Amino acid sequence: MMEIKGLKKIFGKGSVNEKTALNDVTLTLEDGEFVTVIGGNGAGKSTLMNCIAGVHQAEEGRIILDGTDITEMPEYKRSRWIGRVFQDPSMGTAFDMTIEQNLAIAYGKGRLRGLTPGLCKKDLDFFREQLTLLDLGLENRLKHKVGLLSGGQRQALTLLMATIVKPKLLLLDEHTAALDPPTARTVLELTDRFVCEHGLSAFMITHNMKAALTHGTRTIMMHEGRVILDLFGEERASMTVETLIERFEKRAGAELDNDRMLLG
Amino acid sequence: MLAAVGALELGLIYAVMALGVFLSFRTLNTPDLTVDGSFVLGAAFSAVICSGGGNPFFAVFAALIAGCLAGCVTALLNTKLEIQPLLAGILVMLGLYSINLRVMGGKANIPLNDEVTIFDIFAGTALEKYGELPVILIAVSLILILFYLFLQTRLGFALRATGDNEYMVRASGINTNRMKLIGMALANGFVAVSGAMIAQYQSYADVGMGLGMVVIGLASVIIGEVIFGTKTLLRRLIAVVLGAVLYRLVITYSLSRGLPAVDLKLISAVIVAVALSAGVIVRYVRKYVRRFAGTALGKKLVPAGFGVQRKKGGEGK
Repeated sequence: MMEIKGLKKIFGKGSVNEKTALNDVTLTLEDGEFVTVIGGNGAGKSTLMNCIAGVHQAEEGRIILDGTDITEMPEYKRSRWIGRVFQDPSMGTAFDMTIEQNLAIAYGKGRLRGLTPGLCKKDLDFFREQLTLLDLGLENRLKHKVGLLSGGQRQALTLLMATIVKPKLLLLDEHTAALDPPTARTVLELTDRFVCEHGLSAFMITHNMKAALTHGTRTIMMHEGRVILDLFGEERASMTVETLIERFEKRAGAELDNDRMLLG
Repeated sequence: MLAAVGALELGLIYAVMALGVFLSFRTLNTPDLTVDGSFVLGAAFSAVICSGGGNPFFAVFAALIAGCLAGCVTALLNTKLEIQPLLAGILVMLGLYSINLRVMGGKANIPLNDEVTIFDIFAGTALEKYGELPVILIAVSLILILFYLFLQTRLGFALRATGDNEYMVRASGINTNRMKLIGMALANGFVAVSGAMIAQYQSYADVGMGLGMVVIGLASVIIGEVIFGTKTLLRRLIAVVLGAVLYRLVITYSLSRGLPAVDLKLISAVIVAVALSAGVIVRYVRKYVRRFAGTALGKKLVPAGFGVQRKKGGEGK
Protein backbone atom coordinates (compact mmCIF):
# COMPACT_ATOMS: atom_id res chain seq x y z
CA MET A 1 0.00 0.00 0.00
CA MET A 2 2.59 2.50 1.07
CA GLU A 3 6.33 2.08 1.09
CA ILE A 4 8.70 4.48 2.77
CA LYS A 5 12.32 3.80 1.88
CA GLY A 6 15.29 5.35 3.64
CA LEU A 7 13.56 8.62 4.35
CA LYS A 8 15.83 11.35 5.67
CA LYS A 9 14.89 14.88 6.68
CA ILE A 10 17.30 17.47 8.02
CA PHE A 11 16.13 20.86 9.23
CA GLY A 12 18.44 23.88 8.96
CA LYS A 13 20.99 21.96 6.94
CA GLY A 14 24.45 23.51 7.16
CA SER A 15 23.51 25.85 10.00
CA VAL A 16 24.46 25.56 13.66
CA ASN A 17 20.91 24.49 14.38
CA GLU A 18 21.07 21.55 12.01
CA LYS A 19 18.77 18.84 13.21
CA THR A 20 18.19 15.45 11.71
CA ALA A 21 14.48 14.95 12.20
CA LEU A 22 14.21 11.72 10.24
CA ASN A 23 17.12 9.36 10.00
CA ASP A 24 16.70 6.60 7.46
CA VAL A 25 13.09 5.67 8.12
CA THR A 26 11.93 2.60 6.24
CA LEU A 27 8.40 1.37 6.66
CA THR A 28 5.89 -0.67 4.71
CA LEU A 29 2.20 -0.24 5.28
CA GLU A 30 -0.23 -2.95 4.21
CA ASP A 31 -3.69 -2.29 2.89
CA GLY A 32 -6.15 -1.56 5.68
CA GLU A 33 -3.49 -1.24 8.35
CA PHE A 34 -4.14 1.29 11.10
CA VAL A 35 -0.82 2.33 12.59
CA THR A 36 -0.53 4.27 15.81
CA VAL A 37 2.69 6.23 16.23
CA ILE A 38 4.19 7.14 19.58
CA GLY A 39 7.47 8.66 20.67
CA GLY A 40 9.12 11.35 22.77
CA ASN A 41 9.38 15.04 22.04
CA GLY A 42 11.21 15.66 18.79
CA ALA A 43 11.22 11.98 17.84
CA GLY A 44 10.19 12.84 14.29
CA LYS A 45 6.58 11.68 14.38
CA SER A 46 5.07 14.86 12.97
CA THR A 47 7.96 15.28 10.53
CA LEU A 48 7.30 11.81 9.15
CA MET A 49 3.67 12.63 8.71
CA ASN A 50 4.44 15.99 7.10
CA CYS A 51 6.83 14.30 4.67
CA ILE A 52 4.12 11.83 3.70
CA ALA A 53 1.61 14.67 3.30
CA GLY A 54 4.05 16.77 1.28
CA VAL A 55 4.35 19.69 3.71
CA HIS A 56 8.08 18.94 3.95
CA GLN A 57 10.34 17.64 1.23
CA ALA A 58 12.63 14.82 2.36
CA GLU A 59 16.38 15.11 1.67
CA GLU A 60 16.71 11.46 0.78
CA GLY A 61 14.51 8.44 0.32
CA ARG A 62 11.31 7.67 -1.52
CA ILE A 63 7.66 7.52 -0.60
CA ILE A 64 5.57 5.25 -2.77
CA LEU A 65 1.82 5.30 -2.35
CA ASP A 66 -0.05 2.51 -4.07
CA GLY A 67 2.60 2.18 -6.75
CA THR A 68 2.95 5.94 -7.40
CA ASP A 69 6.12 7.66 -6.35
CA ILE A 70 4.86 10.76 -4.52
CA THR A 71 8.19 11.87 -3.05
CA GLU A 72 8.35 15.05 -5.09
CA MET A 73 4.69 15.58 -5.80
CA PRO A 74 3.30 18.91 -4.50
CA GLU A 75 1.23 18.75 -1.36
CA TYR A 76 -2.05 19.69 -3.03
CA LYS A 77 -1.71 16.98 -5.67
CA ARG A 78 -1.13 14.11 -3.28
CA SER A 79 -3.92 15.42 -1.05
CA ARG A 80 -6.25 13.79 -3.55
CA TRP A 81 -5.32 10.41 -2.02
CA ILE A 82 -4.41 11.50 1.48
CA GLY A 83 -6.91 12.67 4.09
CA ARG A 84 -5.60 14.68 7.02
CA VAL A 85 -6.73 15.77 10.45
CA PHE A 86 -4.49 18.20 12.29
CA GLN A 87 -3.72 18.71 15.95
CA ASP A 88 -5.04 22.25 15.92
CA PRO A 89 -8.83 22.11 15.43
CA SER A 90 -8.76 25.40 13.52
CA MET A 91 -6.43 24.04 10.84
CA GLY A 92 -8.76 21.57 9.21
CA THR A 93 -11.64 23.84 8.28
CA ALA A 94 -12.31 27.28 6.78
CA PHE A 95 -13.74 29.11 9.80
CA ASP A 96 -15.53 31.88 7.93
CA MET A 97 -17.44 29.48 5.70
CA THR A 98 -20.44 27.34 6.54
CA ILE A 99 -20.44 23.64 7.34
CA GLU A 100 -22.00 22.79 3.99
CA GLN A 101 -19.45 24.90 2.13
CA ASN A 102 -16.57 23.26 3.96
CA LEU A 103 -17.95 19.83 3.12
CA ALA A 104 -18.42 20.87 -0.50
CA ILE A 105 -14.77 21.89 -0.73
CA ALA A 106 -13.67 18.55 0.72
CA TYR A 107 -16.12 16.67 -1.49
CA GLY A 108 -14.64 18.41 -4.55
CA LYS A 109 -11.36 16.51 -4.15
CA GLY A 110 -10.23 15.19 -7.47
CA ARG A 111 -13.07 16.92 -9.29
CA LEU A 112 -12.80 19.96 -11.52
CA ARG A 113 -13.31 23.19 -9.61
CA GLY A 114 -14.97 25.23 -12.29
CA LEU A 115 -17.93 27.54 -12.59
CA THR A 116 -20.59 25.00 -11.69
CA PRO A 117 -22.57 25.83 -8.53
CA GLY A 118 -20.65 24.96 -5.38
CA LEU A 119 -23.60 23.24 -3.76
CA CYS A 120 -26.41 21.19 -5.24
CA LYS A 121 -29.42 19.50 -3.71
CA LYS A 122 -28.00 16.01 -4.14
CA ASP A 123 -24.76 16.90 -2.36
CA LEU A 124 -26.64 18.60 0.46
CA ASP A 125 -28.73 15.50 1.11
CA PHE A 126 -25.57 13.44 1.15
CA PHE A 127 -23.85 15.86 3.56
CA ARG A 128 -26.85 15.81 5.88
CA GLU A 129 -26.85 12.05 5.89
CA GLN A 130 -23.11 11.91 6.61
CA LEU A 131 -23.35 14.50 9.39
CA THR A 132 -26.14 12.50 11.01
CA LEU A 133 -23.65 9.66 11.39
CA LEU A 134 -21.46 11.91 13.55
CA ASP A 135 -24.32 12.13 16.02
CA LEU A 136 -23.42 15.69 17.05
CA GLY A 137 -26.53 17.42 15.73
CA LEU A 138 -24.51 19.13 13.00
CA GLU A 139 -26.96 17.95 10.33
CA ASN A 140 -29.29 20.74 11.48
CA ARG A 141 -26.59 23.37 11.33
CA LEU A 142 -25.48 23.12 7.71
CA LYS A 143 -25.68 26.87 7.24
CA HIS A 144 -23.75 27.73 10.40
CA LYS A 145 -20.23 29.03 10.11
CA VAL A 146 -17.57 26.59 11.22
CA GLY A 147 -16.06 29.31 13.40
CA LEU A 148 -19.04 28.83 15.71
CA LEU A 149 -18.28 25.16 16.37
CA SER A 150 -16.40 23.78 19.36
CA GLY A 151 -12.99 22.15 18.95
CA GLY A 152 -14.45 18.66 19.18
CA GLN A 153 -17.15 19.39 16.63
CA ARG A 154 -14.55 20.82 14.29
CA GLN A 155 -12.32 17.77 14.62
CA ALA A 156 -15.29 15.49 13.94
CA LEU A 157 -16.17 17.60 10.90
CA THR A 158 -12.54 17.58 9.72
CA LEU A 159 -12.52 13.81 10.08
CA LEU A 160 -15.63 13.59 7.93
CA MET A 161 -14.09 15.98 5.40
CA ALA A 162 -10.88 13.95 5.29
CA THR A 163 -12.78 10.78 4.45
CA ILE A 164 -15.80 12.01 2.48
CA VAL A 165 -13.87 11.21 -0.68
CA LYS A 166 -12.35 7.88 0.30
CA PRO A 167 -8.62 8.46 0.70
CA LYS A 168 -5.93 5.81 0.22
CA LEU A 169 -4.35 6.96 3.43
CA LEU A 170 -5.63 8.85 6.46
CA LEU A 171 -3.13 10.89 8.49
CA LEU A 172 -4.08 11.89 12.02
CA ASP A 173 -1.59 14.15 13.75
CA GLU A 174 -2.50 14.08 17.46
CA HIS A 175 -5.96 15.07 16.40
CA THR A 176 -7.40 14.65 19.88
CA ALA A 177 -4.58 16.36 21.80
CA ALA A 178 -6.31 19.74 21.97
CA LEU A 179 -9.61 18.31 23.20
CA ASP A 180 -10.91 17.64 26.68
CA PRO A 181 -10.89 13.91 27.63
CA PRO A 182 -14.58 13.09 26.99
CA THR A 183 -14.53 14.88 23.63
CA ALA A 184 -11.23 13.23 22.76
CA ARG A 185 -12.86 9.86 23.42
CA THR A 186 -15.79 10.67 21.17
CA VAL A 187 -13.50 11.76 18.35
CA LEU A 188 -11.35 8.64 18.80
CA GLU A 189 -14.43 6.44 18.60
CA LEU A 190 -15.48 8.25 15.45
CA THR A 191 -12.00 7.73 14.05
CA ASP A 192 -12.22 3.98 14.68
CA ARG A 193 -15.61 3.85 13.03
CA PHE A 194 -14.52 5.77 9.95
CA VAL A 195 -11.39 3.72 9.49
CA CYS A 196 -13.33 0.47 9.94
CA GLU A 197 -16.33 1.34 7.79
CA HIS A 198 -14.29 2.66 4.90
CA GLY A 199 -11.55 0.05 5.31
CA LEU A 200 -8.92 2.80 5.37
CA SER A 201 -5.20 2.63 5.90
CA ALA A 202 -4.32 5.11 8.58
CA PHE A 203 -1.48 6.67 10.53
CA MET A 204 -2.30 8.15 13.90
CA ILE A 205 0.15 10.02 16.07
CA THR A 206 -0.90 10.03 19.69
CA HIS A 207 0.62 10.89 23.03
CA ASN A 208 -1.77 8.59 24.79
CA MET A 209 0.06 5.25 25.16
CA LYS A 210 -3.10 3.45 26.12
CA ALA A 211 -4.93 4.72 23.08
CA ALA A 212 -1.93 3.73 20.96
CA LEU A 213 -2.32 0.13 22.06
CA THR A 214 -6.11 -0.10 22.10
CA HIS A 215 -6.70 1.57 18.75
CA GLY A 216 -5.49 0.42 15.38
CA THR A 217 -3.75 -2.75 14.32
CA ARG A 218 -0.10 -1.84 14.65
CA THR A 219 2.02 0.45 16.81
CA ILE A 220 5.36 1.99 15.98
CA MET A 221 7.55 3.92 18.34
CA MET A 222 9.97 6.56 17.17
CA HIS A 223 13.06 7.99 18.81
CA GLU A 224 15.53 10.52 17.41
CA GLY A 225 14.27 10.18 13.88
CA ARG A 226 14.21 6.39 13.76
CA VAL A 227 11.59 3.72 14.16
CA ILE A 228 12.80 1.78 17.19
CA LEU A 229 9.84 -0.44 17.84
CA ASP A 230 7.30 -2.00 15.52
CA LEU A 231 4.53 -3.96 17.19
CA PHE A 232 1.69 -5.93 15.67
CA GLY A 233 -0.22 -9.14 16.07
CA GLU A 234 0.00 -11.09 19.29
CA GLU A 235 3.02 -9.30 20.62
CA ARG A 236 1.11 -6.06 20.46
CA ALA A 237 -2.02 -7.58 21.93
CA SER A 238 -0.13 -8.67 25.02
CA MET A 239 1.49 -5.28 25.59
CA THR A 240 0.56 -3.01 28.45
CA VAL A 241 1.56 0.60 28.88
CA GLU A 242 4.16 -0.46 31.46
CA THR A 243 5.81 -3.10 29.28
CA LEU A 244 5.73 -0.66 26.39
CA ILE A 245 7.62 2.01 28.37
CA GLU A 246 10.07 -0.66 29.51
CA ARG A 247 10.69 -1.82 25.97
CA PHE A 248 11.12 1.75 24.84
CA GLU A 249 13.73 2.60 27.47
CA LYS A 250 15.66 -0.57 26.74
CA ARG A 251 15.69 0.14 23.01
CA ALA A 252 16.31 3.87 23.14
CA GLY A 253 18.73 3.79 26.05
CA ALA A 254 16.95 6.86 27.30
CA GLU A 255 14.03 7.80 29.43
CA LEU A 256 10.80 8.61 27.74
CA ASP A 257 10.67 12.39 27.64
CA ASN A 258 7.29 13.21 26.22
CA ASP A 259 5.87 15.20 29.10
CA ARG A 260 2.35 15.02 27.82
CA MET A 261 2.68 11.31 27.22
CA LEU A 262 3.70 10.67 30.82
CA LEU A 263 1.03 12.92 32.21
CA GLY A 264 -1.55 11.32 29.97
CA MET B 1 -28.71 68.00 -5.15
CA LEU B 2 -26.76 67.92 -8.38
CA ALA B 3 -23.55 67.44 -6.41
CA ALA B 4 -25.16 64.57 -4.51
CA VAL B 5 -26.14 62.83 -7.75
CA GLY B 6 -22.61 63.31 -9.04
CA ALA B 7 -21.24 61.84 -5.81
CA LEU B 8 -23.63 58.91 -6.06
CA GLU B 9 -22.52 58.21 -9.63
CA LEU B 10 -18.84 58.47 -8.77
CA GLY B 11 -19.35 56.37 -5.66
CA LEU B 12 -21.02 53.63 -7.64
CA ILE B 13 -18.20 53.52 -10.18
CA TYR B 14 -15.61 53.45 -7.39
CA ALA B 15 -17.65 50.66 -5.83
CA VAL B 16 -16.45 48.36 -8.61
CA MET B 17 -12.89 49.14 -7.55
CA ALA B 18 -13.87 48.58 -3.92
CA LEU B 19 -15.26 45.14 -4.85
CA GLY B 20 -11.83 44.34 -6.27
CA VAL B 21 -10.20 45.48 -3.04
CA PHE B 22 -12.73 43.37 -1.12
CA LEU B 23 -11.69 40.33 -3.16
CA SER B 24 -8.00 40.71 -2.40
CA PHE B 25 -8.19 42.20 1.08
CA ARG B 26 -11.06 40.20 2.56
CA THR B 27 -11.61 37.12 0.41
CA LEU B 28 -7.94 36.33 -0.18
CA ASN B 29 -6.85 38.03 3.02
CA THR B 30 -3.99 39.84 1.22
CA PRO B 31 -3.71 43.62 1.06
CA ASP B 32 -2.92 44.29 -2.60
CA LEU B 33 -1.24 47.58 -3.46
CA THR B 34 -1.26 46.88 -7.20
CA VAL B 35 -4.60 48.70 -7.17
CA ASP B 36 -3.09 52.20 -7.41
CA GLY B 37 -1.44 51.18 -10.67
CA SER B 38 -4.07 48.92 -12.19
CA PHE B 39 -6.75 51.58 -11.72
CA VAL B 40 -4.77 53.96 -13.94
CA LEU B 41 -3.95 51.13 -16.32
CA GLY B 42 -7.66 50.61 -16.89
CA ALA B 43 -8.24 54.32 -17.30
CA ALA B 44 -5.33 54.61 -19.73
CA PHE B 45 -6.55 51.78 -21.96
CA SER B 46 -10.04 53.17 -21.86
CA ALA B 47 -9.01 56.72 -22.76
CA VAL B 48 -6.59 55.69 -25.49
CA ILE B 49 -9.11 53.42 -27.19
CA CYS B 50 -11.97 55.90 -26.90
CA SER B 51 -9.94 58.86 -28.08
CA GLY B 52 -8.83 56.77 -31.05
CA GLY B 53 -12.48 56.31 -31.98
CA GLY B 54 -12.71 52.75 -30.68
CA ASN B 55 -15.76 51.08 -29.22
CA PRO B 56 -16.14 52.27 -25.61
CA PHE B 57 -17.33 48.83 -24.46
CA PHE B 58 -14.31 47.23 -26.05
CA ALA B 59 -12.25 49.84 -24.17
CA VAL B 60 -13.67 48.61 -20.87
CA PHE B 61 -13.08 45.00 -21.89
CA ALA B 62 -9.47 45.77 -22.82
CA ALA B 63 -9.04 47.45 -19.44
CA LEU B 64 -10.38 44.32 -17.77
CA ILE B 65 -7.82 42.12 -19.50
CA ALA B 66 -4.97 44.53 -18.78
CA GLY B 67 -5.98 44.73 -15.11
CA CYS B 68 -6.13 40.93 -14.87
CA LEU B 69 -2.63 40.67 -16.31
CA ALA B 70 -1.32 43.21 -13.79
CA GLY B 71 -2.88 41.16 -10.99
CA CYS B 72 -1.28 38.01 -12.40
CA VAL B 73 2.16 39.62 -12.24
CA THR B 74 1.66 40.52 -8.57
CA ALA B 75 0.42 37.02 -7.77
CA LEU B 76 3.32 35.37 -9.58
CA LEU B 77 5.88 37.58 -7.83
CA ASN B 78 4.29 36.45 -4.60
CA THR B 79 3.79 32.74 -5.24
CA LYS B 80 6.59 31.81 -7.63
CA LEU B 81 9.31 34.23 -6.57
CA GLU B 82 8.21 34.27 -2.92
CA ILE B 83 8.17 38.04 -2.54
CA GLN B 84 5.90 39.22 0.27
CA PRO B 85 2.47 40.16 -1.07
CA LEU B 86 2.70 43.78 0.09
CA LEU B 87 6.07 44.26 -1.57
CA ALA B 88 4.98 42.44 -4.72
CA GLY B 89 2.08 44.86 -5.00
CA ILE B 90 4.32 47.88 -4.49
CA LEU B 91 6.73 46.68 -7.18
CA VAL B 92 3.97 46.14 -9.73
CA MET B 93 2.37 49.46 -8.83
CA LEU B 94 5.67 51.22 -9.42
CA GLY B 95 6.34 49.39 -12.67
CA LEU B 96 2.85 50.16 -13.87
CA TYR B 97 3.54 53.88 -13.60
CA SER B 98 5.91 53.60 -16.55
CA ILE B 99 3.64 51.20 -18.39
CA ASN B 100 0.68 53.54 -17.92
CA LEU B 101 2.69 56.41 -19.39
CA ARG B 102 3.65 54.15 -22.32
CA VAL B 103 0.03 53.20 -22.89
CA MET B 104 -0.86 56.88 -22.87
CA GLY B 105 1.78 57.56 -25.50
CA GLY B 106 4.12 59.36 -23.14
CA LYS B 107 1.50 61.93 -22.16
CA ALA B 108 0.49 62.39 -18.54
CA ASN B 109 -3.08 63.22 -19.46
CA ILE B 110 -5.47 62.17 -22.20
CA PRO B 111 -8.63 64.24 -22.55
CA LEU B 112 -11.80 62.80 -24.07
CA ASN B 113 -13.78 65.47 -25.84
CA ASP B 114 -16.72 64.40 -27.94
CA GLU B 115 -15.89 60.73 -28.14
CA VAL B 116 -18.67 58.21 -27.71
CA THR B 117 -18.59 56.58 -24.26
CA ILE B 118 -20.52 53.74 -22.64
CA PHE B 119 -22.73 56.41 -21.06
CA ASP B 120 -24.16 57.30 -24.46
CA ILE B 121 -25.99 54.04 -25.17
CA PHE B 122 -29.31 55.37 -23.95
CA ALA B 123 -29.03 58.49 -26.10
CA GLY B 124 -32.36 59.07 -27.82
CA THR B 125 -34.29 56.81 -25.44
CA ALA B 126 -36.50 57.66 -22.50
CA LEU B 127 -33.62 57.02 -20.11
CA GLU B 128 -31.52 59.79 -21.59
CA LYS B 129 -32.80 62.43 -19.20
CA TYR B 130 -31.32 60.56 -16.25
CA GLY B 131 -27.81 61.13 -17.59
CA GLU B 132 -25.10 58.64 -16.76
CA LEU B 133 -26.90 57.05 -13.82
CA PRO B 134 -28.80 54.26 -15.66
CA VAL B 135 -25.65 52.92 -17.30
CA ILE B 136 -23.77 53.05 -14.01
CA LEU B 137 -26.57 51.34 -12.09
CA ILE B 138 -26.84 48.57 -14.67
CA ALA B 139 -23.08 48.06 -14.84
CA VAL B 140 -22.57 47.97 -11.07
CA SER B 141 -25.57 45.68 -10.45
CA LEU B 142 -24.40 43.33 -13.18
CA ILE B 143 -20.88 43.18 -11.78
CA LEU B 144 -22.17 42.71 -8.24
CA ILE B 145 -24.48 39.86 -9.24
CA LEU B 146 -21.89 38.12 -11.40
CA PHE B 147 -19.31 38.44 -8.63
CA TYR B 148 -21.74 37.04 -6.09
CA LEU B 149 -22.63 34.11 -8.34
CA PHE B 150 -18.96 33.47 -9.02
CA LEU B 151 -18.24 33.23 -5.30
CA GLN B 152 -20.96 30.55 -5.06
CA THR B 153 -19.31 28.26 -7.59
CA ARG B 154 -16.88 25.49 -6.79
CA LEU B 155 -14.05 27.72 -7.92
CA GLY B 156 -15.44 30.53 -5.78
CA PHE B 157 -15.57 28.28 -2.72
CA ALA B 158 -11.95 27.25 -3.26
CA LEU B 159 -10.96 30.91 -3.61
CA ARG B 160 -12.73 31.94 -0.43
CA ALA B 161 -11.29 29.08 1.56
CA THR B 162 -7.79 30.05 0.39
CA GLY B 163 -8.11 33.34 2.25
CA ASP B 164 -9.51 31.54 5.28
CA ASN B 165 -7.16 28.63 5.75
CA GLU B 166 -4.49 27.63 3.26
CA TYR B 167 -3.66 24.39 5.06
CA MET B 168 -7.19 23.13 4.73
CA VAL B 169 -7.32 24.16 1.09
CA ARG B 170 -4.14 22.30 0.18
CA ALA B 171 -5.30 19.32 2.20
CA SER B 172 -8.44 19.36 0.02
CA GLY B 173 -6.35 18.99 -3.11
CA ILE B 174 -6.51 22.62 -4.22
CA ASN B 175 -3.52 24.48 -5.61
CA THR B 176 -3.45 27.59 -3.42
CA ASN B 177 -1.01 29.35 -5.75
CA ARG B 178 -3.45 29.03 -8.62
CA MET B 179 -6.26 30.37 -6.44
CA LYS B 180 -4.16 33.41 -5.53
CA LEU B 181 -3.41 33.94 -9.21
CA ILE B 182 -7.08 33.81 -10.19
CA GLY B 183 -8.12 35.97 -7.25
CA MET B 184 -5.51 38.67 -7.80
CA ALA B 185 -6.22 38.73 -11.53
CA LEU B 186 -9.92 39.15 -10.96
CA ALA B 187 -9.46 41.76 -8.22
CA ASN B 188 -7.29 43.94 -10.44
CA GLY B 189 -9.62 43.30 -13.36
CA PHE B 190 -12.41 44.90 -11.31
CA VAL B 191 -10.15 47.78 -10.39
CA ALA B 192 -9.18 48.40 -14.01
CA VAL B 193 -12.82 48.29 -15.13
CA SER B 194 -13.58 50.91 -12.51
CA GLY B 195 -10.69 53.02 -13.79
CA ALA B 196 -11.92 52.60 -17.36
CA MET B 197 -15.40 53.76 -16.42
CA ILE B 198 -14.05 56.72 -14.44
CA ALA B 199 -11.98 57.84 -17.42
CA GLN B 200 -15.05 57.81 -19.66
CA TYR B 201 -17.20 59.42 -16.96
CA GLN B 202 -14.77 62.25 -16.21
CA SER B 203 -13.67 62.55 -19.84
CA TYR B 204 -9.98 62.18 -19.13
CA ALA B 205 -7.33 59.81 -17.90
CA ASP B 206 -4.44 61.09 -15.81
CA VAL B 207 -1.35 59.16 -14.85
CA GLY B 208 -1.70 60.33 -11.24
CA MET B 209 -5.37 59.48 -10.80
CA GLY B 210 -4.69 56.19 -9.01
CA LEU B 211 -2.84 57.68 -6.07
CA GLY B 212 -4.33 56.41 -2.83
CA MET B 213 -6.93 54.33 -4.65
CA VAL B 214 -6.27 51.28 -2.50
CA VAL B 215 -6.92 53.37 0.63
CA ILE B 216 -10.24 54.57 -0.78
CA GLY B 217 -11.07 50.93 -1.54
CA LEU B 218 -10.19 49.85 2.00
CA ALA B 219 -12.18 52.73 3.45
CA SER B 220 -15.21 51.69 1.40
CA VAL B 221 -14.91 48.06 2.48
CA ILE B 222 -14.55 48.95 6.15
CA ILE B 223 -17.24 51.66 6.21
CA GLY B 224 -19.58 49.22 4.48
CA GLU B 225 -18.86 46.47 6.97
CA VAL B 226 -19.30 48.71 10.00
CA ILE B 227 -22.52 50.36 8.86
CA PHE B 228 -24.26 47.73 6.76
CA GLY B 229 -23.04 44.53 8.37
CA THR B 230 -21.34 41.31 7.35
CA LYS B 231 -24.02 38.76 8.05
CA THR B 232 -24.21 37.06 4.66
CA LEU B 233 -21.95 37.21 1.65
CA LEU B 234 -24.49 39.05 -0.50
CA ARG B 235 -24.98 41.57 2.26
CA ARG B 236 -21.23 42.04 2.54
CA LEU B 237 -20.92 42.74 -1.18
CA ILE B 238 -23.80 45.21 -1.13
CA ALA B 239 -22.24 46.77 1.96
CA VAL B 240 -19.03 47.36 0.02
CA VAL B 241 -20.94 49.15 -2.74
CA LEU B 242 -22.88 51.26 -0.25
CA GLY B 243 -19.67 51.94 1.66
CA ALA B 244 -18.06 53.30 -1.50
CA VAL B 245 -21.07 55.52 -2.17
CA LEU B 246 -21.18 56.76 1.40
CA TYR B 247 -17.47 57.53 1.37
CA ARG B 248 -17.90 59.57 -1.79
CA LEU B 249 -20.93 61.41 -0.39
CA VAL B 250 -19.05 62.33 2.78
CA ILE B 251 -16.05 63.56 0.80
CA THR B 252 -18.24 65.61 -1.54
CA TYR B 253 -20.13 67.10 1.39
CA SER B 254 -16.92 67.96 3.24
CA LEU B 255 -15.49 69.62 0.16
CA SER B 256 -18.65 71.63 -0.31
CA ARG B 257 -18.42 72.78 3.31
CA GLY B 258 -14.96 74.20 2.71
CA LEU B 259 -12.61 71.28 3.33
CA PRO B 260 -9.43 72.11 1.40
CA ALA B 261 -9.00 69.60 -1.43
CA VAL B 262 -5.30 69.28 -0.64
CA ASP B 263 -6.16 67.59 2.66
CA LEU B 264 -8.25 64.85 1.05
CA LYS B 265 -5.58 62.14 0.99
CA LEU B 266 -4.60 62.80 4.58
CA ILE B 267 -8.19 62.48 5.68
CA SER B 268 -8.65 59.23 3.73
CA ALA B 269 -5.54 57.82 5.37
CA VAL B 270 -6.71 58.84 8.84
CA ILE B 271 -10.17 57.34 8.27
CA VAL B 272 -8.69 54.00 7.27
CA ALA B 273 -6.12 54.00 10.07
CA VAL B 274 -8.83 54.68 12.64
CA ALA B 275 -11.21 52.14 11.12
CA LEU B 276 -8.56 49.41 11.04
CA SER B 277 -7.57 50.02 14.64
CA ALA B 278 -11.01 50.74 16.08
CA GLY B 279 -10.97 47.59 18.22
CA VAL B 280 -7.57 48.39 19.69
CA ILE B 281 -8.46 52.01 20.35
CA VAL B 282 -11.59 50.96 22.24
CA ARG B 283 -9.45 48.62 24.32
CA TYR B 284 -7.01 51.39 25.22
CA VAL B 285 -9.80 53.78 26.13
CA ARG B 286 -11.44 51.19 28.38
CA LYS B 287 -8.14 50.44 30.05
CA TYR B 288 -7.35 54.08 30.84
CA VAL B 289 -10.87 54.86 31.92
CA ARG B 290 -10.76 51.90 34.31
CA ARG B 291 -7.44 53.07 35.67
CA PHE B 292 -8.77 56.61 36.02
CA ALA B 293 -11.92 55.33 37.70
CA GLY B 294 -9.74 53.99 40.50
CA THR B 295 -8.43 57.44 41.43
CA ALA B 296 -10.15 59.80 43.84
CA LEU B 297 -11.26 62.16 41.10
CA GLY B 298 -12.31 59.27 38.88
CA LYS B 299 -14.60 57.83 41.53
CA LYS B 300 -16.66 60.99 41.33
CA LEU B 301 -16.68 61.30 37.56
CA VAL B 302 -16.91 57.80 36.13
CA PRO B 303 -20.20 55.94 36.57
CA ALA B 304 -19.85 52.69 38.47
CA GLY B 305 -19.44 49.63 36.32
CA PHE B 306 -18.06 51.51 33.33
CA GLY B 307 -16.19 49.25 30.95
CA VAL B 308 -16.66 46.24 33.20
CA GLN B 309 -18.86 44.14 30.96
CA ARG B 310 -16.07 43.25 28.53
CA LYS B 311 -13.37 42.82 31.13
CA LYS B 312 -11.76 39.41 31.02
CA GLY B 313 -11.40 37.95 34.52
CA GLY B 314 -8.30 38.06 36.66
CA GLU B 315 -8.11 41.79 37.23
CA GLY B 316 -8.52 41.20 40.94
CA LYS B 317 -11.32 43.60 41.77
